[in-house]
Amino acid sequence: MNRSRLTHLEQLEAESIYILRETASQFEKPALLFSGGKDSITLVHLALKAFRPGKFPFPLVHIDTGHNFQEALDFRDELANKIGEKLIVRYVQDSIDQGKAVEEKGKFPSRNGIQTVTLLDTIAEFKFDACIGGARRDEEKARAKERVFSVRDEFGQWDPKLQRPELWNIYNGKISPGENVRVFPISNWTELDVWEYIRKENIALPSLYFSHTRKIIYRENLLFPVSEFITIDANDRVEDKVVRFRTVGDMTCTAAVDSQADNIDDIILEIQATRTTERGSRLDDKRSEAAMEDRKRGGYF
Amino acid sequence: MDLLRFITAGSVDDGKSTLIGRLLYDSKSIFEDQLEAIEKTGRGNNGQINLALLTDGLKAEREQGITIDVAYKYFSTPKRKFIIADAPGHVQYTRNMVTGASNSNLAIILIDARKGVIEQTYRHSYIASMLKIPHLVVCINKMDLVEFSQSRYEEIKAEYLNFAARLDIQDIEFIPISALNGDNVVDKSENLSWYEGRTLLSHLEEVYIESDENFEDARFPVQYVIRPLSDEHHDYRGYAGQVRSGIFRKGDAITILPSGFTSTIEAIDTYAGEVEEAFPPMSVTIRLKDEIDISRGDMIVKTDNLPVVSQDIEASICWMDSKSLLAGNKYLLRQTTNSVKAVVKEIEFKVAPDTHEKQDAAKGLALNEIGKIKIRTAKPVSFDEYRINRSTGSFILVDEGTNTTVGAGMITGVGA
Repeated sequence: MNRSRLTHLEQLEAESIYILRETASQFEKPALLFSGGKDSITLVHLALKAFRPGKFPFPLVHIDTGHNFQEALDFRDELANKIGEKLIVRYVQDSIDQGKAVEEKGKFPSRNGIQTVTLLDTIAEFKFDACIGGARRDEEKARAKERVFSVRDEFGQWDPKLQRPELWNIYNGKISPGENVRVFPISNWTELDVWEYIRKENIALPSLYFSHTRKIIYRENLLFPVSEFITIDANDRVEDKVVRFRTVGDMTCTAAVDSQADNIDDIILEIQATRTTERGSRLDDKRSEAAMEDRKRGGYF
Repeated sequence: MDLLRFITAGSVDDGKSTLIGRLLYDSKSIFEDQLEAIEKTGRGNNGQINLALLTDGLKAEREQGITIDVAYKYFSTPKRKFIIADAPGHVQYTRNMVTGASNSNLAIILIDARKGVIEQTYRHSYIASMLKIPHLVVCINKMDLVEFSQSRYEEIKAEYLNFAARLDIQDIEFIPISALNGDNVVDKSENLSWYEGRTLLSHLEEVYIESDENFEDARFPVQYVIRPLSDEHHDYRGYAGQVRSGIFRKGDAITILPSGFTSTIEAIDTYAGEVEEAFPPMSVTIRLKDEIDISRGDMIVKTDNLPVVSQDIEASICWMDSKSLLAGNKYLLRQTTNSVKAVVKEIEFKVAPDTHEKQDAAKGLALNEIGKIKIRTAKPVSFDEYRINRSTGSFILVDEGTNTTVGAGMITGVGA
């Protein structure tokens, strides 16, 4: 019965839809964390597949650092509008203004870390018991250890040594009041899987992912987009360069890659040939050996 | 391209992490920045890169040099995509091996050629057999340390086969390798020229998994009911779920369990439109000809092939909690999308995985112990034996005090 065999992308899709439906069934107040990046855009597409012709049983939630790319923000708003689903935005700037979060100082300040404060406050504000995120296990070594249903305590903390066994595809979402679960439906996807899926499903993306000319400066051998949020001093040389982004996060910690790939086919060829990870262009992960593990323990998504 | 999920099992120093590192490295699935990061952490005594550092993702693991929890790794070749569950070898982490094994099509069991078959080999093979992993590959590793001796390889193979005769494993393959040097992992080794079989990677690429799915017994546990109640879809009522086994087609006569109501499949919907048939592991939405009260936890099956419906279950169980399992304890039993209260009526016996001996279980089952139990559920459960259906024959027990998953069960029959 050879025809009854799904391709790897179809199998991954089926698994992700199953996880999204489990989340909708097992929790009272789930949310889908949506940043306007390719992984969360893929999640939204999978949610359409899981719940249409019904509405999403959760809102889209974006924690805006205030240092996001305008292209990603515009795309976020257009997509939410187009599919007619609810979008909730909360701002890191508000947490700073309220004195709950403290802006980093120095030459490479980033708001990536203090996003956690705003995220945990947002979870408390709406009493979300599950937050669906687009993290993948291939991104980083601490992520490779994470369960699909990852329980966080009342302080949002992850304890990698006390994770629940996760057997077959029976997901256990039972929690006590105050706890919440981070759900990762595309855990088993790789960067290449996401891109191949985007091509197969013809999913629209922000223009940032495709090569374009942009003002950049070199920092620690990485190409950083020039923006009002970084300090440029006399030693920095600002250049016009043809680049694209492999990952879209905060402008202060997301580097561009030197690329001429301006369409999906070329991007896939580029990723197949590349010798560095997607996270290699994220300064926040280079801070220490266990940077991601430490952030996740503290409640980072 | 299809997908193969496999687990690696072996004792602490058998070289599991090194093997995975080697598979990733030789198949060019390791990136330069990852290599740079592990080079910073240090090279081994022989000046080679310590490939094991690629898989031990937690600080505590790197500090202690051991694997604590399952890590998932990904790589692909032009033929297949692979998901590796890298499970710890320590006895105290048996539950993590069961976790990794539960979703795998294939298990790699590593044996140190110097030590031969040891207690852990028995334990891991027993777990692979109990979890009905369809394919097993026994890698006899560190062949470089026994001068690539064919007679040593044959000796270990014979000893293993002698033991495996008592297990329920259909497909066993033996491969002599050196994970550290890469012999027979991705590339064929001249040092092992007497070995005529495939390398490990080529075996992983070629092993026939198409018949692993059960296409006979049509089972569709209802996950979620889609009722838009919008102007456009006012009367739409779809049962969303994943096909666990068998094939459903439009027009099929179906029965809903446990209620026993019958109907006919009106349509099988996906976001891209209707499909004529659905097979595992497709996630679809089924609409029926008749309006029947169906909710999450119910199972849609074909009327001419029904599963067992019973409140009494007999099962093998792997205990995963530090609080022992005792007869009389109550738990939440979760099977497919169903959730039901259950009481453990009897612990029949405990199994010593290394000798297969049945032992007295008067004191219950402690963490990482395996046994046979009888359960009574508060409501009827629809199931098949795990042996014929890994999906409808598996369950977990949840402690309602702590909400933790405490047991992994595999149904062996009705527990009268």
